[in-house]
Amino acid sequence: MQRTVLLSRGQWMVFGGITVTLGVVLPLLNVLLVPGHPLQVSDFTLNLYGKYLTLAVLALGVDLLWGYTGLLSLGQALFFSLGGYAMGMHLMLMIGKRGQYKSDLPDFMVFLGYPGLPAHWQPFYSFWFALAATLLVPAGVALLFGFFAFRSRIKGVYFSILTQALTYAAALLFFRNDFTFGGNNGLTDFKTVLGHELNDPGTRRTLYVLSVALLGGVFLLGRALTRSRFGQIQRAIRDSENRVLFSGYATAHYKLFIFALCAMITGLGGALYVCQVGIINPSEMMPDKSLEAIVWVAVGGRGTLVGPIVGALSVNALKSWATRAYPDLWLIVMGGLFILVVLFLPGGVVSVPGRVSAWWRRRQARRTAAGVAVAEKPVPAPGEKSAESASTP
Amino acid sequence: MKTDWILTVEGVNKTFDGFKAISDLNFYLKRGELRVVIGPNGAGKSTFFDLITGRTKPDSGKIEFGKDTDLIGLNEYQINRLGVGRKFQTPSVYTDHTVWENLQLSLKGPRGVFATLFQRITPAQRTRIDELLEVIRLQAKRDWRAGALAHGEKQWLEIGMLLAQDPELLLVDEPAAGMTDDETHRTGELLISLAGKHSIVVVEHDMTFVKQIARDGELTVLHQGSVLCEGRFDAVQANPKVREVYLGRGK
Repeated sequence: MQRTVLLSRGQWMVFGGITVTLGVVLPLLNVLLVPGHPLQVSDFTLNLYGKYLTLAVLALGVDLLWGYTGLLSLGQALFFSLGGYAMGMHLMLMIGKRGQYKSDLPDFMVFLGYPGLPAHWQPFYSFWFALAATLLVPAGVALLFGFFAFRSRIKGVYFSILTQALTYAAALLFFRNDFTFGGNNGLTDFKTVLGHELNDPGTRRTLYVLSVALLGGVFLLGRALTRSRFGQIQRAIRDSENRVLFSGYATAHYKLFIFALCAMITGLGGALYVCQVGIINPSEMMPDKSLEAIVWVAVGGRGTLVGPIVGALSVNALKSWATRAYPDLWLIVMGGLFILVVLFLPGGVVSVPGRVSAWWRRRQARRTAAGVAVAEKPVPAPGEKSAESASTP
Repeated sequence: MKTDWILTVEGVNKTFDGFKAISDLNFYLKRGELRVVIGPNGAGKSTFFDLITGRTKPDSGKIEFGKDTDLIGLNEYQINRLGVGRKFQTPSVYTDHTVWENLQLSLKGPRGVFATLFQRITPAQRTRIDELLEVIRLQAKRDWRAGALAHGEKQWLEIGMLLAQDPELLLVDEPAAGMTDDETHRTGELLISLAGKHSIVVVEHDMTFVKQIARDGELTVLHQGSVLCEGRFDAVQANPKVREVYLGRGK
């Protein structure tokens, strides 16, 4: 029962190693080596990786709800998109007179005949306001929706369906031209962020490094949270909400807190995503986007913090390849992957090493028992085994 | 004349979709008393607990805790914080947490979201958990995952979790369900040892167990949502009405 540490020394080394590789080595390989060199990381690749990293942030947001609290939100992409829109609005205004119509108004507003900039767009001239909005708008929507959902004790599949309906409703709303967010074209043609040209490789590299930093930060935050008393209660709610409620904890408050926190995390991811992808439109809010994130988490391993990251990166890499190689088959591949994981690997990819070593230990134990009469090491009882893996604070 | 009631339930009614689950129920519990409540299936025992703990609201009547704390209108966690602990019929423990963590999460203390973000365990709390582990005889399994415990051990763990909250009133729903005779007997001893310090209401079916824990105390028989009779075990057992609705039919 020693003091809780965020990461053990070995874990810090792995974490540091991966962060440095992703955040320092790859950008250096991009900038120092000439294109065509076998080790050179192209601008395109770096940008693609940056996009994956922001999607991994979305996956962590999903997992902190689903894997740790038992709240399967099928509308997490809504918060991702809201963060993206908030940043997109700022980027839109930064285009200035460089748009198609050489107007101070964003192109779509000129096209649709807006008399002037709507009042709620005004504050988005400020980058810092936009940044705050990427956090606060998703949080606000989550608080409002969560307040009513949790107060009414909406649970399980009903919660999932409602979150899906919420994101779908939002998508329909954003598809409308008169909703002042660019209709189905969304926001695009961005030129600069904080004065830096967005198509400049240096800017893209910086955005990539920021994505590494954000993902690393969210990982550490998730780690701190899930190892705190709060995290214990989170998992207790997942496993036996009534017991928690009848032990004096206002479970609705806990769920509301984590729901809003995850919305903020996800919103930040969305903001960085939009900076790197250069477009945000309502199709990002469609339910299938949220469902994809569920697949990443399931494939990687829910209820762990490494799993969603592994899942988001690997499934998206697979997607990038498959949609080029077999464009018609991708959805079938993804669906198949999900089914396979649910049926045969409920712990996801990250559970594979543990499974293999458990299998190896059983094999060794059998051999010892069969070969030599003296039983050297008995197979650990189920309780003992889990005591090892359980996180004792 | 004035008795120190820990729980006063008066004229309580509750109807679910036309079914009268509780009808004009009166129930009084003295501070420190251990009361056993029996009754055939559907007599309203679980609803009775639901009403006290805030899970369901009565249609009419009065439910008071202690001298004059009205429990009606409060929700589950508020009532729990006042000092009412409830053990469920099917053991509900946190299966993925260790035995130790199960007790730790149940300890009395701040329950707010922001308090738990930075809360750390104190030495006094550790000592308390050790004591509880001894009471529920799970010292050796303190680091076990609660889900890996045997059924009877889960029941004990849940009782331990209740004690960790240090409630004034314990509502215990069929604690001996699924236990061996030996475990049942030990559970009875545990409950008896808790009476006095805590006020306890036990709902139970197993008559041997009821006899063990009721001792000279009162027994309440519920039938169709109201109290059929109250009295000592022998008197209740001899009561022809009780025999008709419950003992004669069930056993």
